[in-house]
Amino acid sequence: MNLDDMYRETILDHNQMPRNKGTLARPTHTVGLLNPTCGDSIRIDVLIEDGKVADIRFDGQGCAISMASASMLTQAVKGRTVDEALNLARDFKQFLLGQDPNRDLGELAALEGVSHFPSRVKCATLAHNALQKALSEGGGEPPR
Amino acid sequence: MTTTVTQYQADFPILGRQIHGHRLVYLDSAATSQKPRAVLDAEFEYYRHSNANILRSVHTLAEESTEAYEATRREVARFIGAPRPEEVIFTRGTTESLNLVARGWGDAHLEAGDVVVVTLLEHHSNLIPWQQLVRRKGAELRYIELNADGTLSMESAERAIDERTKVVAVTQTSNVLGTIPPIATLAELAHRVGAILVVDGAQSVPHQLIDVVRLGADFLAFSGHKMYGPTGVGVLWGRMNHLESMDPVLYGGEMIGLVERDHATWADIPQRFEGGTPNIAGVVGLRSAIHYLEQVGLTTVETHERALAEMAYHRLQNMPGVTVYGPSRDRGALVAFNVDGIHPHDLAQALDAEGVAIRAGHHCAQPLMQWLGVTATARASFGLYNDENDVEALETAIHRAQRYFQR
Repeated sequence: MNLDDMYRETILDHNQMPRNKGTLARPTHTVGLLNPTCGDSIRIDVLIEDGKVADIRFDGQGCAISMASASMLTQAVKGRTVDEALNLARDFKQFLLGQDPNRDLGELAALEGVSHFPSRVKCATLAHNALQKALSEGGGEPPR
Repeated sequence: MTTTVTQYQADFPILGRQIHGHRLVYLDSAATSQKPRAVLDAEFEYYRHSNANILRSVHTLAEESTEAYEATRREVARFIGAPRPEEVIFTRGTTESLNLVARGWGDAHLEAGDVVVVTLLEHHSNLIPWQQLVRRKGAELRYIELNADGTLSMESAERAIDERTKVVAVTQTSNVLGTIPPIATLAELAHRVGAILVVDGAQSVPHQLIDVVRLGADFLAFSGHKMYGPTGVGVLWGRMNHLESMDPVLYGGEMIGLVERDHATWADIPQRFEGGTPNIAGVVGLRSAIHYLEQVGLTTVETHERALAEMAYHRLQNMPGVTVYGPSRDRGALVAFNVDGIHPHDLAQALDAEGVAIRAGHHCAQPLMQWLGVTATARASFGLYNDENDVEALETAIHRAQRYFQR
């Protein structure tokens, strides 16, 4: 097994220098999720204005895969409409299950190697699940 | 450093495997141990030669199966120093054993205002059953806190265990810190106030000689699969007077006396607590595992593994960027640790690429993780088949992971 298949440069880069890390002062949507198998946690704050993701931040603790995935996701959805953001999260999850996404996933495609490790797919999709939950279920109190 | 034990590696067929082109270095025995050929053969041979349901039929196969099952009960009793074989109840594992005590004994004896005392070391399987019991009863759950080095605070124990205490539930070896609590002292504290002592032996029974009477325990729970036996079989030992005061928890076949339309009476102990067809092949395999452990010798196993764990602890402690957890001496056969800047999951992935199998995560001990101030750790745990070369392989693989992730 070659570790580089999983930990591509892009992933290590996002892990070491995460983009959009932190919290928003006034998010319209926020959600916290736990990965119960490992205790990792993520919180996503989203500011929706005019049906678009005006700003987004993530915070949490986790492995390189989950943190890099969250970082790349926040970059990818910023400025997109809510529907576009939800579609991206859905397509990415299908991509990790081995299905052709029929679209350009941008940097997120670097996580392809994870699809060969079912136990790590949960890490790579934690942020996507959190985003889907935040945008589809609406707002709520941030987790303590 | 004893090397006499490593001759036993050849008894474990799986240790001949290559993982990603490397020799398998199996350092996850605290999760489950590997199985010697004798255990694999015993289970296979049972199915091939004697398979039948136990207790109910009179044909030859059923007689043989019942005898193999009951012979294991006698062997387990002898193995742990239980006064009577009927005090040994077969379960699916430690989790089911502890749930059986909490349900069977706890529901029969606890009242509102009573206290259950656990320690901060407990695996969720020796915690959640008690959390749920005190919720059902309006009772209180108290924790024995830890000293800075991860040993049990005996002042905290003396404060926690009082006249209202009915149960003290404690692990004999922490699956994270390796801490070995003073069971005999806790038994004294518990018995002084009329409480029972429930011991989680999942991480101790595979690694040392156990004598339940000398231990002072009222119940002891352990799993077959961590002591070189099959998965899906475990044991609850309890003092007969306690078992007699318990209600069954699993109702159905094999556990009844006389059944009428509206009510039923129960079979004698232990069948009363073994509703349904048990894991007969697993029990047969467990017997073989006990024989195997005794053949190697529990004293040899304990000496070897403790030396190995202490060596691993000190070697990792001396590596730059590595933090080890738990007491430095008198520890069980495992070491939990973290490497700066590398999440345990990434570390475990990198080690796997070198054939080194470790565990990463919260180890089913989240309150303890909170106490440590981490969300997860890596853990290397040892069995009788591990040796100094395995510790070296671990060290080398950690070095490489550090270079890989910190480039």
